Amino acid sequence: MSVTIGTDTRSPRRHAGTGRRSASVAIPLLLAALAATAIVALTVGAAGIPLSRLPTALGLAGNTTTDAVTARDQLVLWSIRIPRIAATAMVGGLLAAAGAIMQGLFRNPLADPALVGVSSGGALAAASAIVFTDSRFGEAFRFLQTELLPLAAFAGSLATTAILYGISSRAGRTSIAIFLLAGVAITAIANAGIGLLVFIADDRQLRDITFWLLGSMSGATWTKAAVLAPILIIGLAACTLIARGLDLLVLGEADAFHGGVDVERLKRISIVMVSAMTGVAVSVSGVIGFVGIVVPHLLRLIIGPAHRLLLPASVLLGAILMVGADTLARTIVAPAEMPIGILTAAVGAPVFLGILLRQRGLTVL
Amino acid sequence: MSAVIEARSLGKRAGRATLLDGVGLTVAAGEMVAIIGPNGAGKSTLLRLLSGDLRPSEGEVRLNQRDISSFTPRELAARRAMLSQHINVTFPFTVEEIVLMGAGDRSMRDAGPLVEAALDEVGLSHFRARQLPTLSGGEQQRTHFARVLVQLACGEAAHGPGLLLLDEPTSSLDLRHQIDLVEAARRRAAGGTAVIAILHDLNLAIRFADRLVVLNGGKLAADGPRADVVTRETIRDIFEIDAVVHRGDDGVPYVLPQSMRAVMPHLSPTGRGRIA
Repeated sequence: MSVTIGTDTRSPRRHAGTGRRSASVAIPLLLAALAATAIVALTVGAAGIPLSRLPTALGLAGNTTTDAVTARDQLVLWSIRIPRIAATAMVGGLLAAAGAIMQGLFRNPLADPALVGVSSGGALAAASAIVFTDSRFGEAFRFLQTELLPLAAFAGSLATTAILYGISSRAGRTSIAIFLLAGVAITAIANAGIGLLVFIADDRQLRDITFWLLGSMSGATWTKAAVLAPILIIGLAACTLIARGLDLLVLGEADAFHGGVDVERLKRISIVMVSAMTGVAVSVSGVIGFVGIVVPHLLRLIIGPAHRLLLPASVLLGAILMVGADTLARTIVAPAEMPIGILTAAVGAPVFLGILLRQRGLTVL
Repeated sequence: MSAVIEARSLGKRAGRATLLDGVGLTVAAGEMVAIIGPNGAGKSTLLRLLSGDLRPSEGEVRLNQRDISSFTPRELAARRAMLSQHINVTFPFTVEEIVLMGAGDRSMRDAGPLVEAALDEVGLSHFRARQLPTLSGGEQQRTHFARVLVQLACGEAAHGPGLLLLDEPTSSLDLRHQIDLVEAARRRAAGGTAVIAILHDLNLAIRFADRLVVLNGGKLAADGPRADVVTRETIRDIFEIDAVVHRGDDGVPYVLPQSMRAVMPHLSPTGRGRIA
């Protein structure tokens, strides 16, 4: 094989020197973009609240007189829109960060909790919980349904991730091909289980289960936002703990170890985090695909793959994209609402294909 | 001189296969050792055992007079650096980012001079902003060597002379960069580092190391000064080829392999080194 090493044969795009300079401004920029997206999301909806009325409704303006319009605005904002936007942003952040961690763990930009069945595993467990607590046997637990659902989704995600890792790792090495194929198989098994539950479910249960499968933020409440927040905060704290380890893991497990990383500990923390983050997000929103692939991929192109910046930036961009997608989901077919999972898949799948094509290009090089 | 690393009757089994059997090896500070031997002789296994990455089935490895399994990965990384043979980086890290990984938690602000020096030493300063997956195999290997040099330098700054392990570090390099790498390793040894390298190029191994360790079939076949180890007989026994061993003006031997058939046309293809 003849290899030409002259720099002139390579595209100038690969000289990535300038792209990384944006790293120091990435977080402030993303924060600003999140704020802007949130403001748009606050004003748009079934009950429109023009930008001019927003400060008064939020209680930021000096005007203390509360007329009927302001009262209605406040009700819409504080009991519907703000909790929904907060929950949506956190779900987006959790899904994107979980994707970035999983990709780091498996050294593969195509790894994603939704793609390899971790979300499906969570959804299967959640659907089981719905049907079980509604059945004669689970009657005693019915009052616990609200608490049981996130726990079941988390347990389902954790079990799926552990099974995946067990199948694809042998003697300290993880086979990416087996991992992705096993993910396809596990997704199929989980979907078969969900199919069975759909078959035996009654109409009301069926509606609840469908919610898990298509993904929607319409059920977002302050309570759900309160469940998401601690996981997100713990997740962000843990991100600083594992960022360097995930960087070195790109060299392979043996070389990460040579570089001083406790690889087994890193894998354990990462798996628990991915499961917890995906599980809790799935428990609130149902299965939402591709956020975990698209967000980290876009960010790697712009700010580089170093996890110290990639993980927090993924949380922010994930939040932005999800809030944007949810705003779209609740307006384009108003007064009805489109399941957000349909939107993220419609945008995400082509991006996923794009990554595949780009990878093929790199292999040919 | 004190032993930096010491392996006692080291054995490694994988299933029914014996990869390594009863190997003993002691390397002192400032010593340069090349491990040679045919494919499947157990060279990489030995190196991975010495690095603490693999646990032995029998025997023990002691680093600075302490059982190597008692070190945490971080403590170990500060005392020994290892360059593996095949490293495939999937994410678009730049050359500079990869080299900085050798510096542990230090940022570019703290470790900048070390990174600069290492990049300069491997001749890749001009590629610092390039993404690693876009470089040639040899350039990638040199990048990882620079990373390992940074790790070694950081560890030695804190704990004194360390251990440098190199698994076929020259496999993807052109002639000039093979010499460059070997000389860089020699400089480390001159500064007190214990260097152990697996090398396939016999002449490079002879040039590079004062002491050669020969492995064959998982066992230690020879261990000694290059002039003693490199003989026509050893090479015939270990590599099953006929070779002419010359001595240079400086007394350092060099090996000229001969075609088996040209030299010994009576040798049957199944004869495997036996002289009829």
